[in-house]
Amino acid sequence: MTPRRLILASPALLLLPPPQPARASAEAMAAALRAFTGGAAVTPGRVTLDISPLVENGNTVPLSVIMPSPMTQAEHVRAIAIFNERNPQPHVVTARFSPHSGQAMLATNIRLATSQTIVAVAALSDGSFWSDSAQVIVTLAACLEG
Amino acid sequence: MARVLINIPRQIRAGESFAIRTLIQHGMESGYRPDGAGGVLARDIITSFTASFEGEEVFGLELSPAVAANPFITFSMRVQGSGMLRLRWRGDGGFDQSEVRQITVT
Amino acid sequence: MRHVLALLLALQCLTAALAQERRSGFDDMARETQAMQREDAANPAMLWVDEGAAIWSRPAGAQSLSCANCHGAAEASMAGVAARYPAWDEGSGTAIDLAGRIAQCREQRQHAPALARESEGLLALAAFIGLQSRAMPLAPPADGRMQATRAWGEALYRQRRGQLDLSCAQCHDDNAGRRLAGSTIPQAHPTAYPLYRLEWQGLGSLQRRLRGCMNGVRAEPFAYGAVEMIAIEAWLAQRAAGMAVETPGVRP
Repeated sequence: MTPRRLILASPALLLLPPPQPARASAEAMAAALRAFTGGAAVTPGRVTLDISPLVENGNTVPLSVIMPSPMTQAEHVRAIAIFNERNPQPHVVTARFSPHSGQAMLATNIRLATSQTIVAVAALSDGSFWSDSAQVIVTLAACLEG
Repeated sequence: MARVLINIPRQIRAGESFAIRTLIQHGMESGYRPDGAGGVLARDIITSFTASFEGEEVFGLELSPAVAANPFITFSMRVQGSGMLRLRWRGDGGFDQSEVRQITVT
Repeated sequence: MRHVLALLLALQCLTAALAQERRSGFDDMARETQAMQREDAANPAMLWVDEGAAIWSRPAGAQSLSCANCHGAAEASMAGVAARYPAWDEGSGTAIDLAGRIAQCREQRQHAPALARESEGLLALAAFIGLQSRAMPLAPPADGRMQATRAWGEALYRQRRGQLDLSCAQCHDDNAGRRLAGSTIPQAHPTAYPLYRLEWQGLGSLQRRLRGCMNGVRAEPFAYGAVEMIAIEAWLAQRAAGMAVETPGVRP
């Protein structure tokens, strides 16, 4: 049998693409963001997301976020939520602050499945929302262990 | 009881912000890793962290599987006088661990 | 005596020759990962060190002896000890690595339940003891009896293996500093072990890393504690002699 006949005669040989792990998408991130803001307008600025643009290992990625604010009862940051675009689900962390926080600041280590955009959204006591985003390239470990 | 490291600055002045750095030993099993038998390893993560000073919440964090193993959490606080700081980690499988530390204003 | 002098001379020449060119894996890491190693409050390996300190003081075994009962405060008694391993073990007449020595002490002198290779307890103790040598130069003992082990370790290091038919030397001597996929190939010095590897999201020994590398070239990895492992460790220690101990390190 020629190779062409073999392929035509055997539908089973049709190769399907390997199943992809479920990933969040830009839509899922947008939906999660909307849930956090209640649909209110988000203005880029005032909050700073600090994450390296090039990451050695996606398993542990240092991240810090800060929003300058007097942190008084009258004027303070209520919360900062961080979202991702391409992990299996769009949430990373949501931090709650109070006037006793001193500073609206958080530092932690996160996991990134692949190169993607990270977005931080800050909610202020006056009801406004502010954001910052970062593009991160994630390189994979070279010698993948068994 | 998971191992915990809590770093509190030596010099704390009333009314001035200072940072608390914490590390807790926890695998943070994401719930997405294959188990080698066609399924996935069940999710087992810390889902929340709270810091309270003298009974009042100062800082809270909701965690997801996107937080790296052995969670490192640094946050800021500001106090007017000395008192008790309580840190609490809660998570899947009934994980519930609290640590209490004295904050001393110099 | 002449044997020992020759060995000392060889060690000195090797150290001098490589001193300028040698680079720790620390120098190849991203700034953020370096910061994680530098700050004890951010270094996840310190969680294991803390555990190791607790085990050190905990009574165990039939006579309820702790490490501290014989060795006192680790800060004093263990200073510089990790830097001198692998070393010669009189009792068994072979070379022994630090983890092997800890396990041996535990079983034979403390009469406590054995600590398995790569178990959390053994890693914690190795990290705690290793910390007591931090910043000190790696100092493989000038012991003529170690010569054969080190020579065998070097031979294993230079031997091609696995489906990819690569030797350690081909990457880590010939191509160190160049890139493999997205990562810089390090010179492969053992200065920071046991260490927290971001890839493992946990603490692991040098032997775990060696097994990972062997899997990487599709070779049958040597078992934990195998004589080949001790030999390779002994060779790597000699090759890195004089470099600062970084234990407990962080690596990507």
